Amino acid sequence: MPDFPSDLRYARTHEWVRVEGTRATVGISDYAQTQLGDVVYVEMPEIGTNVEFEAEVAVVESVKAASDIYAPVTGQIVDTNDELDNAPEIVNADPYGDGWFLIIEMTGDELSNDLLTADAYEVFCQEEDE
Amino acid sequence: MRTPLSTLHTEAGARFIDFAGWEMPVHYGSQLEEHHAVRNQVGCFDVSHMAVVDFDRPSGERLLRRLLVCDVARLGTGHAVYTLMLNERGGIVDDLIAYRRKNGYRLVINAGTTQKDLDWIARHAGELGATGVLHRSDLCIIAVQGPEAIEMIATLLDLRDLRQLESFKFVEHDSYFISRTGYTGEDGVEIICPSESARTLWTGLNSNGVQPVGLGARDSLRLEAGLNLYGHDMNDDTNPFECRVAWTLDFEDVNRDFIGRPIIERVRDEGTTAKLVGLKLTERGIPREGFTVRTSAGTGVVTSGTFSPTLKQGIALARVPAAASGSCHVEIRQQAIPAKITRLPFIRKKT
Repeated sequence: MPDFPSDLRYARTHEWVRVEGTRATVGISDYAQTQLGDVVYVEMPEIGTNVEFEAEVAVVESVKAASDIYAPVTGQIVDTNDELDNAPEIVNADPYGDGWFLIIEMTGDELSNDLLTADAYEVFCQEEDE
Repeated sequence: MRTPLSTLHTEAGARFIDFAGWEMPVHYGSQLEEHHAVRNQVGCFDVSHMAVVDFDRPSGERLLRRLLVCDVARLGTGHAVYTLMLNERGGIVDDLIAYRRKNGYRLVINAGTTQKDLDWIARHAGELGATGVLHRSDLCIIAVQGPEAIEMIATLLDLRDLRQLESFKFVEHDSYFISRTGYTGEDGVEIICPSESARTLWTGLNSNGVQPVGLGARDSLRLEAGLNLYGHDMNDDTNPFECRVAWTLDFEDVNRDFIGRPIIERVRDEGTTAKLVGLKLTERGIPREGFTVRTSAGTGVVTSGTFSPTLKQGIALARVPAAASGSCHVEIRQQAIPAKITRLPFIRKKT
């Protein structure tokens, strides 16, 4: 069964976001990595890029398909996870830890109400499976 | 539909996908690990969704000499051959393996084309008055592939002679029909047997640590080996010359009127405008089916593509203009990713 850590918020497009101060760390959920299968590349944005909430920000290529990653917050890219270049399999092994994708310096301090809590996201995933 | 091994797959943690109406394992945890297991040790595949069709002799022989591009009359007992069925337009109805047994023939055909093939065979059997065609839906097929496959099966089935069995030959041993064939580019066997024997064999393979492999890795293995997948790299509207399988055509007996022969002889003499080639991406990206290929000789299309776990780069089969060669580009998400037209197979078996 996939894991849904309760301290994170989730987008319906399967990104998770962890907010510390004004910085939001973003990755893909355990459910998403299971659906994708083995991840083979992640195409990251340039550091310094400004991104809008729900805009395409990265692409993850798995053995199965290419999937767009959408920004769960508005702000500026301040860091991306270089480790994934050489070891994309970390996304599968540790999606909420070392498998993070990028960090956004947020322009606002409020998360969108469209982002789900862990409980709501788990229900959402169960519905997607049906 | 499910194969008789389905509950064993569920217990092994398989994720399933629909394949031509069959619920089949796509992987058992990691497609990449399964791929490497077959390249480096051994893996086993449940391919019971493929269909087995048996033919009596001699009426089956008359029928198959008309249906297949190979001449089964020239096939020795215990031999197998990769061959095609063509339609009257020279398009490929299916690709398959034909086996010559002591008292008849056996074909193994694709899962996705089973009903179409059975209808096609029945129609021509009717025209030729051939009888004794039997779809063996009671049989399972297990492929065991990889450098350690032969040793594993020789031990497990107590069949020492297996080591001497040549490529594209088969033996029948107890309830097992074992042929030295496969779809991975590795050494190995494909084993046809009743479902009870299949369960015994599968359980034996598992308890000897053989990695079960799903359809995901089956696809990346066959692509690395440069082997076509029916319905993607070839179909009813493509002829063998456009699909790199013209070597299967046997024109030797001038009196053998196999279906498609008149047209395909003309294609042979006049040439084709398109060909199937291998592509290697020289930058990061994965070419997928349907993506556009731009060559100096014109536009082509990816017929199947994947990330090669062995080469760690994007590879594809693509249909391109016959004059295309050298460098080209594959369009991936509005970007032109550089690629090279490459000799096939992408991966050669270690010897």
